[in-house]
Amino acid sequence: MTRPMTRVLMKGNEAIAEAAIRAGCKAYFAYPITPQTELAEYMARRLPEAGGVFVQAESEVAAINMVYGAAGAGARAMTSTSSPGFSLMMEGLSYVVGARLPCVVVDVMRGGPGLGNIAPSQGDYFQATRSLGHGDSHGIVLAPSTVQEAVDLVGVAFDLADRYRLPALIAADGLLGQMMEPVLLPDPRTPPPAPVWATTGADRDRRVITSVYLVPEDLERRVLDLMETFRVIEHVEPRFETYRTDDADVIVVAYGSMARIARSAVDRVRREGIAAGLVRPITLWPFPREPFGRPARVWLVAELSGGQMIQDVRLAVDGRAPVEFYGRVGGMVPSPLEIANAIRSAATKKEGAPA
Amino acid sequence: MITVAEPPRGEMTLVAGRPRALLDVPTHYCPGCTHGLIHRLVGEVIDELEIRTRTIGVASVGCSVFAYDYFDVDFQQAAHGRAPAVATGIKRVLPDRVVFTYQGDGDLASIGAAEILHAAARGERITVIFVNNAVYGMTGGQMAPTTLPGMRTTTTPLGRDVRVHGYPLRMTELLAQLDGVAYAARAAVIDPAHIVKAKRAIRAAFTAQIEDRGLGLVEVLSTCPINWGLDPIQSLKWCETHMIPAYPLGVFKNVLA
Amino acid sequence: MGATGPGSAAPRVVIDTERCKGCGLCVEVCPPAVLGLGALNTKGYPAAILLDDERCTSCTACALICPDVAIMVFRPIRHSARPVVRR
Repeated sequence: MTRPMTRVLMKGNEAIAEAAIRAGCKAYFAYPITPQTELAEYMARRLPEAGGVFVQAESEVAAINMVYGAAGAGARAMTSTSSPGFSLMMEGLSYVVGARLPCVVVDVMRGGPGLGNIAPSQGDYFQATRSLGHGDSHGIVLAPSTVQEAVDLVGVAFDLADRYRLPALIAADGLLGQMMEPVLLPDPRTPPPAPVWATTGADRDRRVITSVYLVPEDLERRVLDLMETFRVIEHVEPRFETYRTDDADVIVVAYGSMARIARSAVDRVRREGIAAGLVRPITLWPFPREPFGRPARVWLVAELSGGQMIQDVRLAVDGRAPVEFYGRVGGMVPSPLEIANAIRSAATKKEGAPA
Repeated sequence: MITVAEPPRGEMTLVAGRPRALLDVPTHYCPGCTHGLIHRLVGEVIDELEIRTRTIGVASVGCSVFAYDYFDVDFQQAAHGRAPAVATGIKRVLPDRVVFTYQGDGDLASIGAAEILHAAARGERITVIFVNNAVYGMTGGQMAPTTLPGMRTTTTPLGRDVRVHGYPLRMTELLAQLDGVAYAARAAVIDPAHIVKAKRAIRAAFTAQIEDRGLGLVEVLSTCPINWGLDPIQSLKWCETHMIPAYPLGVFKNVLA
Repeated sequence: MGATGPGSAAPRVVIDTERCKGCGLCVEVCPPAVLGLGALNTKGYPAAILLDDERCTSCTACALICPDVAIMVFRPIRHSARPVVRR
């Protein structure tokens, strides 16, 4: 794929929207919610120009169900929201997974719980990764750290969603949604034709999209199939990035905007002689276990939450080393200095001290 | 040579039977439940309008959850109440197909109230078949938004007290007020004459979509013998004597006229 | 569909007894009252039966009201009332 050589300065929300259109998104349904509303506004303007449909839904509940309908009818469908709306979509997402439909959902996370505030957070990690609604329900969760990466991952999201017949989520935060950075946009591509299972209303044997199987043996078979897909994804799709971890003594684990701040903090303490490094998960589900085999003396998980990804890090580290935590809640965003202080503190902890 | 003979006897033609749009699958509905009847009317209309191979149905949650097992058209199963939103998603990406929802009173008037209201407000080119039997059938007979005052249900065991549980919703009248609605009618299936009228209304509701006029809605007053505690014949009578006065029949909006 | 030879006694109403759930609605609405509920089918429902084909007029009221699409109704093809003239 050749890229135009010109970078464009774009706001995260809008860049994600443009990237989706270029990836062949043909249907977008959403409800306004800060801090992602610009994505909807951009879609309202640009998607019809590109031959797609835009509908402002009456709620996030309606939006995810419109996505279900459009995806079931064979179209590349998408929605975007923020944390309170993400909660509302849980029912719909469980149905999307149960019916094995592809779609892309962008969650630009904000302070919570409850109405919270509109400042950035990573407080939806549990919701996104533990289960998309009720049942054994998962979708691939991608966590970009820059606007460019968000643009790149949108195309990946649509492709993964189609490949596995599951939702693919872009877990962003308010900082990423609102910031403006130069991006190289991908070339537009045509979406694939409607899949063989889509309800396109044609003169052939009828097709049914459903997630209800009353007979337990039938549902068991269906969910075991689903879990087999999860296993394949866990094997094939984990993505992560490492930074200065080869000789690292203290490894910070962070994603999204927090990873950028942590990276500055790592450089800062390195200048002081502390051997720090960073592991940046790019898929939050499947969570990348591979980087946690590194022989760090201590792990420091840094999140914009009270500690959610830390559970997955603890599982991956499996007791080999202590796992410390640094977090900010309420929409607060730390400076690199604050994370540097946390790294220093973790580095000077005595060996064998309880985690 | 000229011969004169009696007209041949015994040649018969089929005048009533299973429509092509319905599969040859016995239904799970209770004896006397009018769901099967309404399915047949929808199937006949689909045949008459010759739209079977471009129709997509949206099943809801209620006794008719398995409607997709009975119709020979593409179908999507929707979450409880969400069928109008699912139908919106389908119709917006496949505007030349015919999309209909088939919903009960809890699905449409309770949990799905926002979805039907807004699909109607948007004037979605879909057809909504709303089956109203004043009770929650599938879950065993609880109060519905259309349960009549005084009516006993499992959650109103002493009869619906309007001071505690409020008043029934007349959805067709409410929705008929919206500009996006092209056709809104209420029918009943209590006897053959009413059934013929109900079918006409269903046909008009599909026509509203096909002629790109707006949302087409038919509320069909139905029975629930098991949860009403009446036999099928008594149920039709009860529908006539109690439901029709509360839910007047007629066409409340018709831009096709 | 359903054509039979001249002079044969094909019934006007054919009921699929296994689909029938014995709800009795067809019996109730039949104007000449030629339907009744008969023997139990394999599901335990008393299936509807046509009692008197002679008085049936193929009005289709039974098929109209049957919730189980269990009834087919046939009507004799109406030929001219005048005798057939062949040359």
